[in-house]
Amino acid sequence: MRTSGRPAVTRLVPVLPFLWLGAFFLLPVLITLKISLSAAATAQPPYLPVLDWSAGPEGWGTFLEELDFANFETLANDALYRDAALSSLSLAAIATAFLLVVGTPIAYAMARAPARVQPLLVALVIVPFWTSFLIRIYAWIAILKPEGLLSAGLMRLGLIDRPLELLNTQAAVLIGLTYAYLPFMVLPLYAVFARLDPRLRDAAADLGASPTRVFWSVTLPLAGPGLMAGALLCFVPMVGEFIIPDLLGGSDTLMLGRVLWSEFFSNRDWPLASAVAILLLILVVGPLVLFREAETRRTEAAR
Amino acid sequence: MSVLNRVALGLGLTFLYAPILVLAVYSFNASALVTVWGGFSTRWYAILFADRPLIDAALVSLRVAAASALVATILGGLAALALDRAGRFAGRSLFTGLVYAPMVMPEVITGLSLLLLFVGIGLDRGIVTLVIAHATLGLGFVAVLVGARLKGLDLALELAAADLGAGPLRVYATITLPLIAPALAAGFLLAFTLSLDDLVIASFVSGPGATTLPMRLYSQVRLGVNPEINAASTLLVAGVTVIVLGATWLTGRNAAKAGPTYGA
Repeated sequence: MRTSGRPAVTRLVPVLPFLWLGAFFLLPVLITLKISLSAAATAQPPYLPVLDWSAGPEGWGTFLEELDFANFETLANDALYRDAALSSLSLAAIATAFLLVVGTPIAYAMARAPARVQPLLVALVIVPFWTSFLIRIYAWIAILKPEGLLSAGLMRLGLIDRPLELLNTQAAVLIGLTYAYLPFMVLPLYAVFARLDPRLRDAAADLGASPTRVFWSVTLPLAGPGLMAGALLCFVPMVGEFIIPDLLGGSDTLMLGRVLWSEFFSNRDWPLASAVAILLLILVVGPLVLFREAETRRTEAAR
Repeated sequence: MSVLNRVALGLGLTFLYAPILVLAVYSFNASALVTVWGGFSTRWYAILFADRPLIDAALVSLRVAAASALVATILGGLAALALDRAGRFAGRSLFTGLVYAPMVMPEVITGLSLLLLFVGIGLDRGIVTLVIAHATLGLGFVAVLVGARLKGLDLALELAAADLGAGPLRVYATITLPLIAPALAAGFLLAFTLSLDDLVIASFVSGPGATTLPMRLYSQVRLGVNPEINAASTLLVAGVTVIVLGATWLTGRNAAKAGPTYGA
C-alpha cells in the first residue's frame, strides 16, 4: 500500500531536510577535509591556499597543486597523535564493555518490572540523559578528588588510610564515560528487551531451561541487534569525547577530542585540527556504518 | 520481579542519581568546602542571582534553544515523514545516513566543520550560527521520535480520509499531524534541552557577545569546584526534570499503542 498511488506532494517532503543536512553537515565535513590538506598561515582565514574564484580554471589548478598531506605526515610521525588515537579507541572500547555489563542487567530488570511502573523507570533513566552533561561530569570532580567525598567516606569506614589519587587518571575517565553514557546504553536495550515475545522465554522454560540458561540462549541472542546499536551509539561519540578527559583526565589522558580542541583553541593551527578531525572521522566511520545498519535492522524488526 | 532484578535497578538508579544528589545537597552548604558541611544556607543562590554575566549567558542559551528547537522540529518532522512515507527516492540511502549521523558524530568534528563552513562563507559567528548548529544536532533526535510514532500509526485512518476525498495536504493536516503532535512536542523539548546543554559545538561556532550558559559554566568549572556552580546546576537539573516529566506525560498518553520509544 505504501508504494502505490503516492501523491507528488510526498516526493517534496525530503527536499528541505535534505538541503539543510547537505549544507550544514555534509558540506562542512568536505570543507574540513580540504582544509586538512592546507597549511597553517598567519592570515585571515589562518590557512593556505585559499581558492581564488576570479582566476578561473587556472586558479583551481594552482589551488590543487598547493594541497598536500603534510598534516597527516605530522599525525603519523608524532607519537603524541598516535598515542592519543590509541588511547581514544581503547578507553572508548573499555568503557563500552563496562556499559554493556552495567547496562544490560538494568535494562533487563526494567523490561521485567510490572507494566505500570515501567514508564516511571524509563523517565528516571531519561532525566540524567537530559540533564546537562557538563554538570554531571562536574559532579564527579567533588566525588573523586583526593579530599573529595569518595576518599573521605572510605577513610571514615577505615577501608583506606590515605586519600585515593583517582582524579586526573584514566580510571576517572572510565568512570566518567560509563556514568555519562549509561542512559544511552540502557534506553535502546530496554526498548529491545521490552519488545521480545515473552512466549519464547516461556517456551524455553517449559522445555526445562533454567532462568540463567533462558537468558543466555534465548533473550540475549534475540537482543543482539539492540545490543549492537546501543554499544555503537555509545562507542562513536566516546572516541571523540572532549569534556570527560578534559575535566577528569588531567594532563596525562590524551584523547583525540582534546588534542583537536587544543590544536584549534590554543595553537590556532586550523589545518592540523582539521587533520585530527579527519583522522577521528576515519576511526569512527566503520562503527558509524555498522550503527546505521543495526538501526535500520532494529527499526525494520519493530515494524 | 525477582530479587536480582530489584538489586540491578536499585544499584543502577543509585549510580545515576547519587552524584546529582550530592551536587544538590552541597549547593545548600554554608561552607565553601566540598567535604565540610557548614550548615544549611541559601547564600550561594543569592550570589548566583546577582551574577549578571551568568544570567546573561542563560538568556542567550534560552533564546538559542527555543529558535533551534523550532527549526529542528520542523526539519526533523519532515525527515521522519520522508523516511516513513516517501518510499524510494534518489539519494535515500545518503539521506538516512545524514539524518542519523549528527546524533552520534563526535561533537568536536561537528563543531569544527561548521565553524570552517561559517568562516568560508563569511557568516559572522553569533546567535545565528549557534541556532544553525544546534538545529542540525537536534534534527535527528526529532526524526527518531516522530519516526517511532509514525510506525505506530494505523495507516487505515489516512486511507479512509483519502477515500472520502481529502487531498494529501488535508489528510496530513487533519489526520497525521494531530496524531504525531505528541512526538513533535517531545522532539521539540529534547532538541531544546540538547541545545541548552551543548558546550563543545557552541564553543566552536559562537562568537563574541554570544556566550552560552554551558560556556560560562565551563570557564568557571575549570577553576575548580565552586558552590555557586552547584546552585546553578541544581536549578538546571530541577528545570530539566520538569521538562522530562512533561514530555513523558505527553508521549505516555498514547505510549501503550505506540510501544516503547527510547529517547523520550
